[in-house]
Amino acid sequence: MALVYMRYELLRTLRNRRFFLLSLGFPLILFFVVAGPNRNVRDFGGSGISFPLYYMVGMAAFGTMSAMLSSGGRIAAERAVGWNRQLRITPLKPRAYFRVKVLTAYMMALISLLALYAAGASLGVSLSAGEWLRMTGLILLGLVPFAALGIMLGHLLTPDSIGPALGGGVSLLALLGGVWFPLGSHGFLHGLAELIPSYWLVRASHVALGGAAWSTMGWVVMIAWTLLLSAAAAHAYRRDTGRV
Amino acid sequence: MSARSLEGARGGPSSEIQLRGLEKSFRGPDGPIRAVRGIDVEIAAGETVALLGPNGAGKSTTIDMLLGLLEPDAGSVSVFGRPPSQAIARGAVGGMLQTGTLIRDLSVRELVTMIASLYPSPLGVREALELAGIGDISGQRTQKLSGGQTQRVRLAVALVSDPQLLVLDEPTVALDVESRHAFWTTMRAFAARGKTIVFATHYLEEADAYADRAVLMAHGAIVADGPTTEIRAMVGTRTLRATLPGVELDALAALPGVSGAERRGDAIVLHCADSDAAIRALLAAHPDARDIEIAAAGLEQAFLQLTGDGGASARGEA
Repeated sequence: MALVYMRYELLRTLRNRRFFLLSLGFPLILFFVVAGPNRNVRDFGGSGISFPLYYMVGMAAFGTMSAMLSSGGRIAAERAVGWNRQLRITPLKPRAYFRVKVLTAYMMALISLLALYAAGASLGVSLSAGEWLRMTGLILLGLVPFAALGIMLGHLLTPDSIGPALGGGVSLLALLGGVWFPLGSHGFLHGLAELIPSYWLVRASHVALGGAAWSTMGWVVMIAWTLLLSAAAAHAYRRDTGRV
Repeated sequence: MSARSLEGARGGPSSEIQLRGLEKSFRGPDGPIRAVRGIDVEIAAGETVALLGPNGAGKSTTIDMLLGLLEPDAGSVSVFGRPPSQAIARGAVGGMLQTGTLIRDLSVRELVTMIASLYPSPLGVREALELAGIGDISGQRTQKLSGGQTQRVRLAVALVSDPQLLVLDEPTVALDVESRHAFWTTMRAFAARGKTIVFATHYLEEADAYADRAVLMAHGAIVADGPTTEIRAMVGTRTLRATLPGVELDALAALPGVSGAERRGDAIVLHCADSDAAIRALLAAHPDARDIEIAAAGLEQAFLQLTGDGGASARGEA
């Protein structure tokens, strides 16, 4: 199970301060700056969802996406110092390697998520226990494709190029996913957004409206991206045995 | 298929590591670059073998294939009777690759513990740190080490698995003389435990001082393979040096036992296939020769002679 290995990998990630600034500090500050003055808006942009709830989930989507993709930055840095090749001459199995990378990313995402929940609650977001749980479940599921995307990019890009790629990628995914404002319920932009996994992350806030937050379309899109990106990540990992 | 014997080749005097007909090419801007052009090497248990050659000789490519990091275009690799990936999965191989450093945000002890946890029967972490001579910096963060300290931590990472085979790719490059000496002291202690060690180097003196055997590579081929003493013997065995002004070099080169002659100021240097015959002939012809020295040719000279021109054609018969 490589538990000791996992423990040190987690410890090492927690010791990295840059992460906390980017995928924890930034969304938290934005949440208070934007949602603070609008805390009494009950229906944000015709979405039927209160402003603080919408922004809490929006910023949580942003922060958790960043957290999941930050594994790409760590992998690129490890490759640059030859650590990836060093690991390949240990008995660590690829499956265990991926498991540790994914769990590390999830741990960081969970920290980001809980911090935003606390921030949301402080601005009056209130859901039933069942709604909190369902929303959390959907967000965690919705992050699976991002876990694969992070690993894939880490094995394809260099430390120099991955920063801009992740920064730009997360911003675009956030915009198209409706992190900053609701995208309406029809039209081209909405149709495009529905094909993008970040849209369904943000949609997790719809648990507050009752019924299913994700349509069948949502599940299909998420599963398709998960399969596609997992295969691409595995391929990128297998090819990546050379000297960088 | 012979690589499938159940217990491997462990214990016997037969070769434990076999590289057979290995070839590897890379795509280059002007067509394929043939990095390794068909090499055969057999290494016995407990041997310390230097893979010696200039930059671009194909040493690192060979090591990458030995470790299963590169798939050969042709030929096969067998480590303890198995494909490299299986030998690695069993924890029988430790390696220190070229141009690597360490991941950050862990202490030295934490990093070595992390790696040790991946192996079935590792050394104690303290023992590995002591062996690598870094017991005193075990609490330091990996990103705050000097170049020499980093190399020794990397060595501890390679040793902690207590591997049967240790593979080192240019391990002392960028180390100062003192660190290099300390490094090889550690390596000797490890070899004394009956381990097999393969290291790539372009430092001739390292191969000479620390290896039982040197495999000389140039242009992707093996140009000589044998004990370092034998490799020296393969080329003009000795050099004879004397102060002897104003003598025709051609006449000297024609003396019995002499294979070549050159002038260095007032001195002459004769490359001798038979230095005993050469000294008698020299003194008979030139009784005034003085300051005479006869020395065994360095590995350096053997190396230059064997790899000098095109190399690939000069396959040694050792």
